[in-house]
Amino acid sequence: MTMTEIKPPENLNIVIVGHVDHGKSTLLGRLYADTGSLPDGKLEKVQAICKQQGKEFEYAFLFDAFLEEQEQGITIDTARTFFMWKERQYIIIDAPGHKEFLKNMISGAARAEAALLLIDALEGVKEQSKKHGYLLSLLGVRQFAVVVNKMDLVGYRQDVFDGIEKEYREFLGQFKAVPSQFIPVSAKLGDNIANRSATMSWYGGPTVLDTLSAFSKEAARSEQPLRLSVQDVYKFDARRIITGRITAGRLKVGDHLVFSPSNKRANIRTVEAFNIEPQPTEGQAGQSIGVTLDEQIFVERGEIASHQEHLPSVSTAFRANLFWLGKRPLEKGRKYLLRVATKEVDCEVALIHRIIDTMDLAQQQGSSTVNKNQVAELTLRTKAPVAFDLSASFEATGRFVLVDEYDIAGGGIITELVHDDQEFLREEARRRDFAWVKGEVTVEDRAQQYGHRAAVVLITGGRHTGKSFLARNLEGRLVADGRHAYLLDGENLRRGLDADLSEEERGQTTEMARRYGEVARLLTDTGLIVVSTTNPFGLAYRESSQAIRTLVHPAPVIAVHMSKTEEEPPPNTDVVLSGPTDFDAATARILDELKRRGVLAQAIGAKPIFQYSI
Amino acid sequence: MQHLRQLEDQSVYILREAYKHFDNLGMLWSMGKDSTVLLWLARKAFFGHVPFPLLHVDTSYKIPAMIEYRDRLAREWRLNLVVGQNKQALAAGMNHTMGRVECCTALKTNGLKQLLENKGYTGVILGVRADEEGTRAKERYFSPRDKHGDWDFRDQPPELWDQYKTTFPPGTHIRIHPLLDWTEINIWEYIKLENIPFIDLYLDRGDGTRYRSLGCAPCTSPIKSTAKSVDDIIAELRRTTVAERSGRAQDEGRGMELLRKDGYM
Repeated sequence: MTMTEIKPPENLNIVIVGHVDHGKSTLLGRLYADTGSLPDGKLEKVQAICKQQGKEFEYAFLFDAFLEEQEQGITIDTARTFFMWKERQYIIIDAPGHKEFLKNMISGAARAEAALLLIDALEGVKEQSKKHGYLLSLLGVRQFAVVVNKMDLVGYRQDVFDGIEKEYREFLGQFKAVPSQFIPVSAKLGDNIANRSATMSWYGGPTVLDTLSAFSKEAARSEQPLRLSVQDVYKFDARRIITGRITAGRLKVGDHLVFSPSNKRANIRTVEAFNIEPQPTEGQAGQSIGVTLDEQIFVERGEIASHQEHLPSVSTAFRANLFWLGKRPLEKGRKYLLRVATKEVDCEVALIHRIIDTMDLAQQQGSSTVNKNQVAELTLRTKAPVAFDLSASFEATGRFVLVDEYDIAGGGIITELVHDDQEFLREEARRRDFAWVKGEVTVEDRAQQYGHRAAVVLITGGRHTGKSFLARNLEGRLVADGRHAYLLDGENLRRGLDADLSEEERGQTTEMARRYGEVARLLTDTGLIVVSTTNPFGLAYRESSQAIRTLVHPAPVIAVHMSKTEEEPPPNTDVVLSGPTDFDAATARILDELKRRGVLAQAIGAKPIFQYSI
Repeated sequence: MQHLRQLEDQSVYILREAYKHFDNLGMLWSMGKDSTVLLWLARKAFFGHVPFPLLHVDTSYKIPAMIEYRDRLAREWRLNLVVGQNKQALAAGMNHTMGRVECCTALKTNGLKQLLENKGYTGVILGVRADEEGTRAKERYFSPRDKHGDWDFRDQPPELWDQYKTTFPPGTHIRIHPLLDWTEINIWEYIKLENIPFIDLYLDRGDGTRYRSLGCAPCTSPIKSTAKSVDDIIAELRRTTVAERSGRAQDEGRGMELLRKDGYM
């Protein structure tokens, strides 16, 4: 006796998209009815309701669940429906075609691994047919078939079908999208849905149902280099578990992980799981996983773990293709929250290169806003460095959303890394960190011993604003409180470490700032809170503070700006003080900020004894 | 099995997002198969711990075996169980004979609203599945409700890839639905795979009937079935064309749309 091989069941998410009224919900209803996938009595129940309300039965009513949808005869929101066919479980997502509900269509399509795109044979290629085709490509749905519906209304004529195929293929070809099939159907009458049509003998291709079976499960991303975006860090018991989703590649116990953008490193000690025996020792793309490390390093949500040979990009700027769904237009210069995988960071739109008209793919330049439902090419600039990939190489870490106030208002894919002015210093920091030789005492040992993490307090501002006074006052107060703090004065570098610099080099900030940053980096590695001012750099404090930030990263920098006049503080300033001021009050504000940022642990009891754990 | 692990990974991701973003989070547990699988997934996500309270809205009409099961698991799994009840409505004599929608609204919808309000929960995790009925098929994983608990299904937030709505103005709260992509069969396959304890009301205990869906005793009826094991149930579900909730009276007519718009789970 031979055993028939049973394929393991799999799930496949399919979305049905297309212009409003081209028959998406009808197609879905028909597919269910003709495969016997409807629950008993469902068809009869809907037919009875239609009769009672005096309207013609439509298959669409099976899934347009809301009264309002049935009354208006349109789908408002995406529905998930399920059916089994030949050992495969399909989740079919019925997306609305009305342009008002584009955000619902996008929510549906973003979940899909393959798509059916419907075009009405009588109406032909319409606005949303094109927009949806373009968006599928932008959303990363590369597997799709085009279904030409309502063939019964054009007398099942092959020339009509061929005309639509030609026109639409030309449109798709402009952005290199290639459908697997064009299928002529009548969803209403059931032609070429589950059963072959007797009226279109000129068509020899597959039915809709055959086409679904031919869609393949998304290729495993496990063969790519590792990407694990950190979702959270748990300490429910003795284990300190780093959790996250592996979005590409694989990992195993003993692997050396690098976290970007902090450049922290450690080896995987265990892979943790509940109710799995024996305990797993590896993980691969798709899994929500938990690992413990051999060293207690401080990593945060939003970092991307990878192997050292294949690091993600790190920058404060990238170029992207974006679609906008927000109620108010996207504006150049406005601040938004950027979310890439699990990272959240403030950003602004640095440049809108062009708006793309999805009807004819015409490009319009010189706009400073992107309206709802428009697609644009733009450059985003983030407040802090972000780890990411180009979407052509890595799907999950190459796409992002923008949050406007409380709402996800747009999404897009990263097309290009934009080099920023910190690139060389960041590369220096990366090379230096990877080669860093450590002693037996870890950063976390020091933090627990000292009752605080290492940090840099950087006081910026013009001349004679009281920066030095404040720095001294702060250092004194920290040490009096039992903290380990040190005032790093630029003057002490100038005559020593910088003594070899020429007059000209001293006139420029670049090399001086680099040396100052590297010294601050060494001091933070000793666990100190480094108090510093940009005095040695005079009016070039903006450039120098950026360089110092890049070099001491990931140690937190608390930026304090002092000014006598109303002026724009440097980017990322935490505390703004107006010019020579009440130094004790100013010091208290900085201490509060240090507590808020988790640098200072709270004292326990009357004596300054601190408990610090990461 | 692979498909169950895919569903598990997605649900675990959603649970961890919920835990990360909401300080005051609770999970609704009705002791039915779905919310018990959800509870199990929480133990998966948090490595054996359940770091938020489990909320049970007790209508007082639940089948007694369900309450025994609830208290036993709460003890064994060291759960933080919070029970809410609309005592005012019960004192006024509310029951299903006063109208099914009215009774569900008073004891479940309003019971839940009171519980959420009293404890100030800003996020509540529920085990609803898209294949249960039409309005649930249109839910988001993260679904906002206004301060009256109302669901604005005309204007749901976009969900792109693994990015969900996790910020919202004061006064609203979010319902989180990690099981949306699971079907009834997936639930039983997973119960078998993980060996999750469930109430034996789901099995035929000798009289040729079993419950397919559990709710209040007066409004839930058993189906004819001889399924005596999880395997039997899975085999039966593969054959059946009867809707899961056909034994649930509240689904009659447009009952569910009206109930859910006003905040029913």
